[in-house]
Amino acid sequence: MATRTARPLFEGPIVRRALRDAVGKLDPRRMIRNPVMFVVEIGSAFTTLLAIAGPDRAFTAAVSLWLWFTVLFANFAEAMAEGRGKAQAESLRRARKDVPATVLAEPSREARREQRASSQLRPGDYVLVEAGQVIPGDGDILQGVASVNESAITGESAPVIRESGGDRSSVTGGTTVLSDWLIIEIRAKPGESFLDRMISMVEGAKRKKTPNEIALDILLAGLTIVFLLVTVTLSPFSTFAIRQAGSGHAVSLVVLVALLVCLIPTTIGGLLSAIGIAGMDRMIQANVIATSGRAVEAAGDVDVLLLDKTGTITHGNRQAVRLYPATGVAQMRLAEAAVLASLADDTPEGKSIVSLGVGLLGRAVNAPEGAVPVAFTAQTRMSGVDLGARRIRKGASDTMAKHVGGTLPPDVRAAVEQVAKGGATPLVVADDTQVLGVVELADVVKDHIRERFAEMRALGIKTVMITGDNPVTAAAIAAEAGVDDFLAEATPEAKLAMIRDYQEKGHLVAMTGDGTNDAPALAQADVAVAMSSGTQAAKEAGNMVDLDSNPTKLLEIVRVGKQMLMTRGALTTFSIANDISKYFAIIPAAFVGIYPQLRALDIMHLHSPTTAVLAAVIFNALIIVALIPVALRGIAVRAAPAAVTLRRNLLVYGVGGLVLPFPFIKLIDMAIGAFV
Amino acid sequence: MSEIIVYAIVLVALAVPLGAYMARIYRAPLARWEKRLFGEHEQTWREYAVAVLVLNMLGIAVVYVVQRGQALLPWNPNGLPAVDPRVAFNTAVSFGTNTDWQAYGGETTMSHLTQAVALGVQNFVSAACGMAVLVALVRGFTRRHADTIGNFWVDLTRSTVFILLPLSVVLSIALAQQGVPQTLAGQDHAALVEQHAAQTVAVGPVASQIAIKQLGTNGGGFYSVNSAHPLENPTPLTNFLECLAILLIPTALCFTFGRLVGSRRQGVALLVVMALLVVPFLALTAWAESRGNPVLSSLAIDQHLGNMEGKEVRFGVPASALWATVTTAASNGSVNAMHDSFTPLGGLGPLVLMQLGEVAFGGVGSGLYGLVIFAIVAVFIAGLMVGRTPEFLGKKIEAYEMKMASLAILVPVAAVLIGAACACLADETYTKALGNPGAHGFSEVLYAFSSMGNNNGSAFGGLTGSGTFWATAGGIAMWIARYWIIIPTLAIAGSLARKKSVPPSAGTLPTAGPLFVVLLVGVVLLVGALSFVPSLALGPIAEHLGG
Repeated sequence: MATRTARPLFEGPIVRRALRDAVGKLDPRRMIRNPVMFVVEIGSAFTTLLAIAGPDRAFTAAVSLWLWFTVLFANFAEAMAEGRGKAQAESLRRARKDVPATVLAEPSREARREQRASSQLRPGDYVLVEAGQVIPGDGDILQGVASVNESAITGESAPVIRESGGDRSSVTGGTTVLSDWLIIEIRAKPGESFLDRMISMVEGAKRKKTPNEIALDILLAGLTIVFLLVTVTLSPFSTFAIRQAGSGHAVSLVVLVALLVCLIPTTIGGLLSAIGIAGMDRMIQANVIATSGRAVEAAGDVDVLLLDKTGTITHGNRQAVRLYPATGVAQMRLAEAAVLASLADDTPEGKSIVSLGVGLLGRAVNAPEGAVPVAFTAQTRMSGVDLGARRIRKGASDTMAKHVGGTLPPDVRAAVEQVAKGGATPLVVADDTQVLGVVELADVVKDHIRERFAEMRALGIKTVMITGDNPVTAAAIAAEAGVDDFLAEATPEAKLAMIRDYQEKGHLVAMTGDGTNDAPALAQADVAVAMSSGTQAAKEAGNMVDLDSNPTKLLEIVRVGKQMLMTRGALTTFSIANDISKYFAIIPAAFVGIYPQLRALDIMHLHSPTTAVLAAVIFNALIIVALIPVALRGIAVRAAPAAVTLRRNLLVYGVGGLVLPFPFIKLIDMAIGAFV
Repeated sequence: MSEIIVYAIVLVALAVPLGAYMARIYRAPLARWEKRLFGEHEQTWREYAVAVLVLNMLGIAVVYVVQRGQALLPWNPNGLPAVDPRVAFNTAVSFGTNTDWQAYGGETTMSHLTQAVALGVQNFVSAACGMAVLVALVRGFTRRHADTIGNFWVDLTRSTVFILLPLSVVLSIALAQQGVPQTLAGQDHAALVEQHAAQTVAVGPVASQIAIKQLGTNGGGFYSVNSAHPLENPTPLTNFLECLAILLIPTALCFTFGRLVGSRRQGVALLVVMALLVVPFLALTAWAESRGNPVLSSLAIDQHLGNMEGKEVRFGVPASALWATVTTAASNGSVNAMHDSFTPLGGLGPLVLMQLGEVAFGGVGSGLYGLVIFAIVAVFIAGLMVGRTPEFLGKKIEAYEMKMASLAILVPVAAVLIGAACACLADETYTKALGNPGAHGFSEVLYAFSSMGNNNGSAFGGLTGSGTFWATAGGIAMWIARYWIIIPTLAIAGSLARKKSVPPSAGTLPTAGPLFVVLLVGVVLLVGALSFVPSLALGPIAEHLGG
């Protein structure tokens, strides 16, 4: 798996541009999209006016300055997140340059040719791309086989094979043909190609708020209104106290604004959009392009994963793992016959039989003089070799039973059953009519896949293996790989029905797919990851595309989705928990002019009322900057049940958020105290 | 201390079977007479809300009209005149909203007809409305892909006829047996120990009124001094029973909720949340009151009984502290001691309990649906923290639910703060309403609006709330706080009922476990603290620290 090398968090050019953008984002028309920070901006402007016109200029100006910083820091966080995407988009854009295309009148090399710029191509055009040329647009291969360098998109430098027909027939504009030639039918309109979509995704141009983001926005807006009420009503409350006491000073407006800004959830409000953008960015780092933030978020909610057996759970091909000689046949004889029958067999299965046999024999086996290889055909359903009159064959047990004249010996039949029951495929080997024994071909489950599934289970996610194998084979592999369930003899219809069934029961289903016949299921699934190597139909049906075409990536996608939500939740909790300490700083400072006894609430023993207010405001601004790395990287996701994760995050961000500000406000207060 | 423990044990022992009984009542299929009376039509949340509002508005109108016309109507043995229009408005809203804030003195203002027909009927109806809305919310959780959330008229009738009415009958007989009057006569004449002196004692249909006043978390007493009056609350047994009746249905409804949503543990968890919210404030008030009055401690006054100012000698500190806590935890508001005379910290307990939004027990039905709303917010935050779209009882909590939940939590806070702020600006507060100067005066104002803005109805005492500003602003605060929680709650019910139900997995946050209980307690406390700490600092806290 090739992932892009992770960018360092703070890159010089990105930071510089983000600083510039942070100021540009002060435009109130843009700020209003973020109600919390919009309130801060109004507060900043208001205190600026107070600093110009009102009393207590130095203090008011200092508060005002830090309020502006609070807004700028939040803007900076967002600009940083966007900046990382923009840098990525630029490298993609370089791949999108206009290239000349050879347009064919018909899908044939002999057809009339015409040169056109790639931006002039329309869906349905046929283009010829030859070695060394850049593929001018997204499309399906109609003719030809070629090795293609897709590094412009995937970052993976090893070339991949693309050919007509099958599930590897689609190509992406901007990639380069290294050898041979291809005739491609263009599928995408200019400006709507995969690369264009990717660029706009990366740039966040089409970024819409995700459902949970909207819900959180509402909660934050609600809290902001509560705090607005709390601070606004303090003015009449303090008037009451003065009227009753006949003396004392009312709370000043600048202190009220400072209190308001400290109380409203600025930490999460300021970092919210950065978290979302950074989540998308992490997807891109993992070489996954999501069509929307909504899809990424849904990935965090997924609780059923449908995984194709081949390629995801097992290495693609079955391999010979064991020989079962028939009674009275030496192991070596069976091994030799099996190897001879497979020498001309170029399939991975055949090769694995040779390597197993050679290993057992301890010597190389060469085809004897005059040996005639017999290839597998759909009619005979056997393969092997003819050595003169001697015919060595291997094939499925029923075929071989017919070949040897009716039935297999009981011991061989038992071996066949045993192998099949274990989930493997038995191949029977015969020398003329003598049955020599059985070769066990087994799926080899990928290393560490079992642990990955255990992790998923801990997160409450059910894994379902999809396979075309018979139920017995499927059950055995499912048990070995540790999946929770399996669908054997899967057809596209069965897959679709299974997804619907899970969804009906309230589950959210994710799956990967690459073939055209996966398209309906992909379209039905809540999170559908199409392999970039897959057909155009699959890519269009999915809501994510994995550029590495690595089906195991689904697990990574789920993790990123969860991380995005968790980071939001953690920072929200942190932000709200912070408020308690700010009350202890500001309430005594604000009311000590009315009720001197409220000094007792100043448990931090701050220098003076003005430094106390200022310290709280400065802390409130700086904490945004301090948490930018958390927002961009996301908090740690561990494979643990929900309750354990919640306990941990509550302790770290809830209790932490409650306690942490006290020492810091005290320190900032001491620092200010040293200056005034 | 021992009486508090006995109280808790008896309460739970009665609440468990009552909870099961209520679950059976609400779950029962439509009876023949119900079909004939209400039809088999079920309501969408909007229809349900309209039904609630229409019935309540009509009820409020009737209460207003009866008060204004009581001089012309029967059952007025004392010949009381029409109630002042401002007070009548305030009282009508107050009883319609299950607040039972009393801007009047009962025996000197309301005729027997007004008490029984206007106020008494609302005592039943407003309580039954709360229970109906709760049951509707439960259906939001239990139904899938459904457009309707039940029929309000059925829920209302069942709550009244099968739950409130029988319990009230039992309790009023017990109270009458203990000496609470139950008569249509207006006055009794008592011969005093002094020769030739006779006292006129106001009597009336008291026992029946008191029973539903307590059971329905209403709190509007027959007498002005409420259950501190010897005829409303004559013996230690009546004190115990009345105190028990306050929390009985709110507690039992937790068990009902658990049964109805198919997770009894969930019901218990919510009850534990309520208890955990109440116990610290009970302890605070009991402790502060038992310490006696700090101002008096330098004088040679025996305070070993605690701060006895404003308390009935019959009850003493523990029973008064328990009642004060219970009556403000539940949105009852009846009193057996004068909270205005509590020590600053002793009065802080009841004040904060109301400010927490009346969700720790709260009103019958309304307390629990209020807590469920808080639980939705807690689940949302927790869901984000575990990386999954939040679910509560199998239903996904999304933007619409958050909008409504935020609204329901915001409304009482706004009603309290804006109401109190306006009161601070109104001249009437200083010229007529206030009973005390300084920080204590502010506590009175804050207490009054915390009580009305959370539909509690408990009065601090000291304050006179019958002036134009107070009667009107209070009425508005009570109205908004009641219906602008009911409407979003029903909206949530409607939205949840339409959703499919998500089966639980290891990734689902268990909402019946101790962790969630702690989180929910934390959320309720945090919202309350963040909203009211500054105003509390200017009231009881400043008063306490000022010594």
